[in-house]
Amino acid sequence: MDKIDHMKYLPDMEILPDSDIQDRVIDAMHHFDYQEYSASDVMRALRKESLSLHDFGALLSPAAEPFLELIAERATKETQKHFGNSVLLFTPLYISNYCENHCIYCGFNCMNKIRRAKLDEDGIRREMEAIAKTGMEEVLILTGESRNMSNVEYIGNACRIAHEYFKNVGIEVYPMNTDEYAYIHECGADFVTVFQETYDSDRYEQLHLAGHKRIFPYRLNAQERAIRGGMRGVAFAALLGLSDFRKDAFAVGTHAYLLQRKYPHAEISFSCPRLRPIINNDKINPKDVHEKQLLQVMCAYRIFMPFAGLTISTRERAGFRDHVIGMCATKISAGVSTGIGSHVEESGEVGDSQFEISDVRSLDEVINAIKGRGLQPVLNDYVFI
Amino acid sequence: MYDQKQDKLIIGGHEFTSRFILGSGKYDPELIKAAVDHAGAQMITLALRRVNSFSGNILEHIPEDVTLLPNTSGARNAEEAVKIARLAREAGCGKFIKIEVIHDSKYLLPDNYETAKACEMLAKDGFIPMPYMYPDLNAARDMANAGAAAIMPLAAPIGSNQGLSTRQFIRILIEEIDLPIIVDAGIGKPSQACEAMEMGASAIMANTAIATAGNIIDMAEAFRHAIIAGRMAYLSRTGRVLDRASASSPLTGFLQE
Repeated sequence: MDKIDHMKYLPDMEILPDSDIQDRVIDAMHHFDYQEYSASDVMRALRKESLSLHDFGALLSPAAEPFLELIAERATKETQKHFGNSVLLFTPLYISNYCENHCIYCGFNCMNKIRRAKLDEDGIRREMEAIAKTGMEEVLILTGESRNMSNVEYIGNACRIAHEYFKNVGIEVYPMNTDEYAYIHECGADFVTVFQETYDSDRYEQLHLAGHKRIFPYRLNAQERAIRGGMRGVAFAALLGLSDFRKDAFAVGTHAYLLQRKYPHAEISFSCPRLRPIINNDKINPKDVHEKQLLQVMCAYRIFMPFAGLTISTRERAGFRDHVIGMCATKISAGVSTGIGSHVEESGEVGDSQFEISDVRSLDEVINAIKGRGLQPVLNDYVFI
Repeated sequence: MYDQKQDKLIIGGHEFTSRFILGSGKYDPELIKAAVDHAGAQMITLALRRVNSFSGNILEHIPEDVTLLPNTSGARNAEEAVKIARLAREAGCGKFIKIEVIHDSKYLLPDNYETAKACEMLAKDGFIPMPYMYPDLNAARDMANAGAAAIMPLAAPIGSNQGLSTRQFIRILIEEIDLPIIVDAGIGKPSQACEAMEMGASAIMANTAIATAGNIIDMAEAFRHAIIAGRMAYLSRTGRVLDRASASSPLTGFLQE
């Protein structure tokens, strides 16, 4: 099968001809040589009140690893200063796992023989009712990336239903055009998360063999289109371990930094997923990102952009999640299931999960863990206008 | 002798004897209790976006005799501020409204132009607007003319605890604007609150300084004392402070009748 050019936009994909964000991010990443940093660069960065991109690079470098305790202390101070004791809670809801992409590391990929499912309107409503009953006020709607099986209208309708049950609605679906984001915003969602997976375009090409997702620049510019479409906030992430995680983390920070400068009103947040074991991912060779490195990346994000939100993934174990809230993470999921239709007990799960989760605690359990650390669980800090 | 009960702060026709207002940044029941019991707060700000929670537990922790000052945080322009203010009124938060219009997610600096617009729209709609602003005399005049009940200039970027970075500009507002000037944002220590009151500020709003203190109760108490001390100093007219030494044999000492 001939592979399509991963750098060439497909018809109907909107191009932002006036934007140089992608070029600047990629250029900065290419010039980022983390071996060049020394211990004194790290200390200089930690002494500064406001960090430059160069300082951010220092905190991501191997030279910073021996200073992780100091870095964690500074991150904790910044988190306290900007967010106090509050920790936001949310639940992701997977409404469809149909996918048209062939991404070799992903459990939803179209070549994997898994049970596919898509919730209809009643199914979505039942799942949302079940989540809302737990007390949750923020939901993140996720789908596999299939424009045919879960089109924009389907996602918009899910957002309208979510708006009835939740105060705050976000989406993590395939990248869209500006006018589509504007439509989704009208339907009640205000936050868009798109994981770039990796900013290394060559590696990206090797991992994303087919489907719309193969088009690297369309995905990279999704956040800018979302902001232009009227979304209040956008979230950034690389799936750490797919490629050189230090370079990817640097690119994520640079991307967020440049967009915030261009659109100062946009609310910025980060996610920090690592690769988790899934069916068929022995075909790739994950670059090891241990907890120590993961924490280094999270703290570097926090110190570089202290005002940004930071979500800790359910892929991590409860002990790790409990310790990073208050230190660098500001948002934590609870009551998570990555299967389709799994929040309603009687119906059971009808579609398989995207990845294994490590923290299966309910909302109440997570709330108690937050309180146990002297922090304050917050179910909503947002008003839709 | 200074009598705090007689020294009333009047905002929009409402009288207060406390000159400390609790801000809304970091919120929890313990902080609210400390602010009321130990800092003497009679007015508490709260972000509608937090009140709006289904759990609604924040309002339960605010005593009935404390005046609510809902704010419009989350608004990025005047129209959004008006929408949030109306939602706050519907939620039973009263007529006071602290206008916050911010479209800068990094420093959270207020947009004076949109704030003045919101002030006019909300005053016409029957609210008692208290605009949070960057201390600029022209903008403050616009807000006063638009119906503001008080002007709330920032001392430093919100949450920064950097103290009175904008002191010279706040001083100008105190001199030129015939409304209470309430110093908001950036006050990190009781000494800074004291200095602002000594300059003639009418009241202090703070949150982070107390919320992040090691001992919330003691810090709340310290703020109360500092604000009273600064107010007393202001009312008793502080001694003159000159930029340079004053010659004991002045140059003009030779002049005769």
